[in-house]
Amino acid sequence: MNSLYYQKRLSRNIGDKFFTSLSVICALIAILPLIFLVTYILIKGGSQITPELFTLEPNPPGDDLDAGGINPALIGTLIITTIASIIAIPVGVGGGIYLAEYSKGGAFSRFIRFGVNVLAGVPSIIAGVFIYALIVSTKILFGSMYSGLAGGMALSILMLPTVIKTTDEGLKLVPNELRYASLGVGASMYTTILKVTLPSAFRSIATGVVLGIARAAGETAPLIFTALFSYYYITGFGDLFYEMGSLAVLIYNFALEPYDAQNKLAWAASFILVLSILSVNIFSRILAAFTEKTKRV
Amino acid sequence: MEEKLTLFKNRKRFGIEKNIDIIFKNTALVLSSFVAIILLGIILVVFFQSFESFSRYGLKFLVTSEWNPVKDEYGAFTAIYGTLVTSFLSLLITIPLGVGTAIFITEDFVPKVVREIIGSFVELLAAIPSVVLGLWAIFVMEPFFRAFFVFLHNFFGWIPLFSTEPTGRNSLLAILILVVMLLPIVTSIARDSLNQVPKKLRNAAYGIGASRWKTIFSVILPAALSGIMAGVLLALGRAMGETMAVTMIIGNSNAFSWSLLSPGYTISSMLANQFGEADGSQVSSLFYAAFVLMILSLVVNIFAQWLVKKFSLKY
Repeated sequence: MNSLYYQKRLSRNIGDKFFTSLSVICALIAILPLIFLVTYILIKGGSQITPELFTLEPNPPGDDLDAGGINPALIGTLIITTIASIIAIPVGVGGGIYLAEYSKGGAFSRFIRFGVNVLAGVPSIIAGVFIYALIVSTKILFGSMYSGLAGGMALSILMLPTVIKTTDEGLKLVPNELRYASLGVGASMYTTILKVTLPSAFRSIATGVVLGIARAAGETAPLIFTALFSYYYITGFGDLFYEMGSLAVLIYNFALEPYDAQNKLAWAASFILVLSILSVNIFSRILAAFTEKTKRV
Repeated sequence: MEEKLTLFKNRKRFGIEKNIDIIFKNTALVLSSFVAIILLGIILVVFFQSFESFSRYGLKFLVTSEWNPVKDEYGAFTAIYGTLVTSFLSLLITIPLGVGTAIFITEDFVPKVVREIIGSFVELLAAIPSVVLGLWAIFVMEPFFRAFFVFLHNFFGWIPLFSTEPTGRNSLLAILILVVMLLPIVTSIARDSLNQVPKKLRNAAYGIGASRWKTIFSVILPAALSGIMAGVLLALGRAMGETMAVTMIIGNSNAFSWSLLSPGYTISSMLANQFGEADGSQVSSLFYAAFVLMILSLVVNIFAQWLVKKFSLKY
């Protein structure tokens, strides 16, 4: 009679309760520090934000109380990420087009897809080491050693796998009927790709690419010995060939300074970096969810 | 009619259009092979730059821990040991936490909305730059754990792992910040593979009277194992190559110690610290260390890909 009811004492029920609470504890341990971390960065960094921060140069570390601003680093991050995008997006989208539209699953495309995954797993500092050996130490770029250009190249290596992957996967989702229809009315292959498949996969590719750019903007390791760091305003095109600051390297350098003013600057830079990366992520997530709901195909 | 058909048959593309088509295809082909070129380029460049050091020290480089630019003596044992210890121990902590969280998110303990919010929050955290985590580790985590480390040393000091007096930055802090970095990776991949297990399996297990956790342990987890393993290996690769957060908190000391409470070194933090100022044979030795790191992460990554291909779900 009793066996019809839920019995608390049964060993399986006790075990179930135990493991359920264990997984709840796991989730709590995993999530609480993360919530704490984000709020701490936002509050601590946000309280350091002043208008001068965006316009001034950082002062060289010393015990003077005024640390200055982060204008050169902010502009530097924008420039370096732009350079990386200019290199990685065309190469990545082109490569993705080949993989998704032309390759027939042969040895070459399998090797490239494998290579994309391996390249995505290469430690970011190795990309910096590679560019250092190839460009910085050889002074191949018109005799300049450390430069924003070299930093952008190092970042582009990290962006490339993301761009290829999202292009490849985005194009694969385009229904084949669209291709048949286009080829059937007599369009050539490149017209089909440029006018039909690429536009219909545009949104998913763009989302992936933007996320890749956001990730690259926070990368530090490839920049510390390619772009190095600079305290001075970026004034013209020629500055591309000299040391260039970036938010990420500024955080690294100033976090290790013993002076409070520099540490505060690092927090402010973290706030700006984290806020922009998180908002790009959230925005593209919302966009992706929205697209999924309104998809017609 | 007949006439029209032959006209249709003979209708060809203009030469120029044909050429554009061919050029377009070949451009795409060249661009896609850039990946292979860069990958091979990285391996070759790092290998040839490390050649001088490799021929001088050979495999002895891997087992000695002398790092002395003045005497030109180089050995990377401390850094290699640090890399392996920090990544494996952090993974050891991350796996149960991450898989436990993934189970929590995929089971129906709490309403779906809450689970989805937790899930996407965890994924967002993967986007936080590691240099910011390092900053947080220096100013928040280190003071927070200081008392705990002293406690560890006082009560478990007889274990070699805790045998030194904790002074500021150390390897254990690096392990903890790695856990924070790896959790989002392991959790989101484990969640995806748990979600991919077909509902039929769960229903069958419930149908023959298995309890919820019996089902999870005997049916769901084994079915999702390959995906989880691949995620764990990816996380391992990430942990070994992780530079900034670790460099900022590990203390950067080449003196070898078994203790996790003493400052340590990893290959990537050694590179980050010394590459800018190195010259002469030190550069070559750093390239050698970079080569070791690259081989380690390549092996882990290739193994992960092989695992996914070999054991991917066949339902």
